[in-house]
Amino acid sequence: MADQTAGTGGKGIGAHLGGHLRENGMILALVAIVLFFTVIVRVTQGVDFLSAQNITNLFLQNSYVIIMALGMLLVIVAGHIDLSVGSVVGFTGAVAAVLTVNMGWPVYAVVPTCLFVGLLIGAAQGYWVAYWRIPSFIVTLAGMLVFRGLTLWLLAGQNVGPFPRSFQSLSTGFIPDAFGVDKPNMTALALVALAAVAILWMGLRARARDQQFGIAPEPMIVFTIRNFVITAALLFVGYKLASFRGLPNVVVVLSVLTVLYAFFTESTTTGRRIYALGGNEKAARLSGINTDRLVFLTFCNMGVLASLAGMIVAARLNSSTPKAGVGFELDVIAAVFIGGASMTGGSGKIIGVVVGALIMGVMNNGMSIMGIGIDYQQVIKGLVLLAAVIFDVYNKNK
Amino acid sequence: MATLLEMRGISKVFPGVRALDHVNLTVEQGEIHAICGENGAGKSTLMKVLSGVYPHGSYDGEIFYDGALLANRGIRDSEAKGIIIIHQELALVPLLSIAENLFLGNEVASGGIINWPRAFQMTGELLKKVGLDEPPTTQVGKLGVGKQQLIEIAKALAKDVRLLILDEPTAALQENDSQKLLDLMLELKAQGVTQIIISHKLNEIGRVADRITIIRDGATVSTLSKSEISEERIIRDMVGRDMAHRYPERDGNPGDVLMEVSGWNVWHPEQQGRQMIRDAAFTVRKGEIVGIAGLMGAGRTELAMSIFGHAYGRDISGTVKMGGKAVDTSSVTKAIAAGLAYVTEDRKQLGLVLDEPIVRNITLANLAGVATRGVLSRGREQQVAEEYRRAMSIRTPSVSQKVVNLSGGNQQKVVLSKWLFADPQVLILDEPTRGIDVGAKFEIYTIMNELAAQGRGVVMISSEMPELLGMCDRIYVMNEGRIVGELTKAEASQERIMSLILKNDGKAKVA
Repeated sequence: MADQTAGTGGKGIGAHLGGHLRENGMILALVAIVLFFTVIVRVTQGVDFLSAQNITNLFLQNSYVIIMALGMLLVIVAGHIDLSVGSVVGFTGAVAAVLTVNMGWPVYAVVPTCLFVGLLIGAAQGYWVAYWRIPSFIVTLAGMLVFRGLTLWLLAGQNVGPFPRSFQSLSTGFIPDAFGVDKPNMTALALVALAAVAILWMGLRARARDQQFGIAPEPMIVFTIRNFVITAALLFVGYKLASFRGLPNVVVVLSVLTVLYAFFTESTTTGRRIYALGGNEKAARLSGINTDRLVFLTFCNMGVLASLAGMIVAARLNSSTPKAGVGFELDVIAAVFIGGASMTGGSGKIIGVVVGALIMGVMNNGMSIMGIGIDYQQVIKGLVLLAAVIFDVYNKNK
Repeated sequence: MATLLEMRGISKVFPGVRALDHVNLTVEQGEIHAICGENGAGKSTLMKVLSGVYPHGSYDGEIFYDGALLANRGIRDSEAKGIIIIHQELALVPLLSIAENLFLGNEVASGGIINWPRAFQMTGELLKKVGLDEPPTTQVGKLGVGKQQLIEIAKALAKDVRLLILDEPTAALQENDSQKLLDLMLELKAQGVTQIIISHKLNEIGRVADRITIIRDGATVSTLSKSEISEERIIRDMVGRDMAHRYPERDGNPGDVLMEVSGWNVWHPEQQGRQMIRDAAFTVRKGEIVGIAGLMGAGRTELAMSIFGHAYGRDISGTVKMGGKAVDTSSVTKAIAAGLAYVTEDRKQLGLVLDEPIVRNITLANLAGVATRGVLSRGREQQVAEEYRRAMSIRTPSVSQKVVNLSGGNQQKVVLSKWLFADPQVLILDEPTRGIDVGAKFEIYTIMNELAAQGRGVVMISSEMPELLGMCDRIYVMNEGRIVGELTKAEASQERIMSLILKNDGKAKVA
């Protein structure tokens, strides 16, 4: 009732911001954190936080968290959790290492094989969760132990490496400049500019459509400011990357996946059904939705993304270690909740999750540059997670 | 007789709604006072004001209890004064024993250590008072609803109750359990416990109540003494109009048989060897509204849900024919494809995704209808939602509103919209007007008539017999998992339905 009356009132900017505080607030928070570190790092260390190299590093360091957070969002929206992703990262990295280094498989055979292994792992866990109704917390906790153990066994407790360049390029490769200029990398500039135009165009089109169908659009000023911030940030990052070594392969993979998952969650029937299932499983089932299969599929998907992340991590370290991926599940889950997903399922957005992961990544990176010890870093990250969720709960109860 | 309780000019406002508007209620010492009113009239709100759920200061008006102003800060305050409310949804912990439940929060203890021998002894005494013969160590979850209700009363007695409030105590009870409970109420009255009973069941009120206060739309309409009590008078005061106009006019003109269920058998999903539906058979014609009457637990919901995608039960056997052809309804998806829809009795738990907007709820059962090759068209979805909002007159500022913010009646319209958008031939409506106020009920009835006029078949499951009699062309009567009779509109009456139920029920006695 309270919402209803608020909704009928004048569609002021304040009212609108209140309703969409979370989405816009996340972006502002990310910008604020970046600015904060830029100033602090400049003043205390005399280092440029926004240097091309550091921006490149930021993406390379955090790509795996973002990639897995995309899948984790679906799992969490469906009302479940996957604690095993860190171990799956370790295991699939180990599989990749054994296949590549020990058995000499080429990269184009290793990648699909590892993705398939990830799919099988996801399916094996999802089967018990979906069809046997074993709590996902238990199933994936077991998976966490099992796959960590199998990683140790497969690598015989040793580091296995190095990888050939072709495999390394999964993580550390860059898109070459098709125009041959190289400094700055024109391909990178062109792609980023294209992306910026696409974002603006799609935003405007969505606005026009909303107006046509009588959905109250957000105030023009909010729309303008948000898109200005996003495009400006995008162009800035693009320019910096272009002036360094170009677009990292990982960033391209990441961007494509993000767009795909955003589209999937917002505009496909299957995506919509996952939200309905998380919101009220019984009602979804009685509406003709095959809820068991959807839960199963979200876990399969998670397994595939975790194995992709596993290969990227292995490629970046240039070896597979038994410790690879330890604790990753916590970063990923934290990113999803910082990104605004509900703990009980049914809500959360891809864009929020990506921004959430970036917030965590920027904080990791910034604090490391400042020379803050790992001890304090953990404390601060923990408090940020808690604050973000308290903020959500407070907003919901208000 | 002295006055125990006087509530004067009680008003309670929620954002956008005036739930109570200067309600007056006087309860004499030692009487059983009934409160009647349609759903949403404000009965529960009034009792929440009395019991301290809404603390003093959050409402206007004054409450005098035992001659003094009552200023509850919470439930504990009112309980300390002997005002105890037993809610419709029982508040027992199923995994704890009877003794543990009876003294929950009120343990027989000194210094935090429970004196079990004493607790068991007191439990025994309390159970004897309410006429329940169970060992104090029995797990509450293993008892039936009727016995659990008695334990709630024993729990109230354990707290030295002076004013006992029972909110629809017999709603979930079988006939014989209801009778036991009413007997117990009379016994407690003899022991001097003043009681307030909220009930829809006029025959029960007539049996136990000394006086009745009728509430309509948040205001007191009348208080009747025993001699003035008559069903017509109560209904007239409750509804504010005569029975005759409670149901919209329609010309029932059923066509060919649309759906035919035969030899339908269903077994309990968990309890081995317990058959829930026995050899049920019924038909629905085009443009016909068919009622299914029966007491709580007769198997009506189980019948409907087992047909609709085998959503209830196991080892289901029998055939469903649509338009003469046997169809497979073994999953909800298949049942929808066969042209069935089931509107659940429990909208919040089973019918709606409460935290999602209206538009997303409406399209949920037919997402393909607003998508091309799996890609949703937000525009088309919006159009569909707007159409149903108009057609059903769903009262909301916007279809982007979350359904959790809607009233019961509007929520029900959203559920109906969802199923209409799936374009079924036969709609099974399970208690479609439960928890809905009178005005919205009339709207739901009108929608049902329109559906029938479009040539669809409508099956209406309801516990309110007047509603079945007012709406249906034909009524099937169910009891203990069987269809025990079929009545045409001309034949049907409350008495005939009840006698069909009772004749086939060896356990229940005619009251």
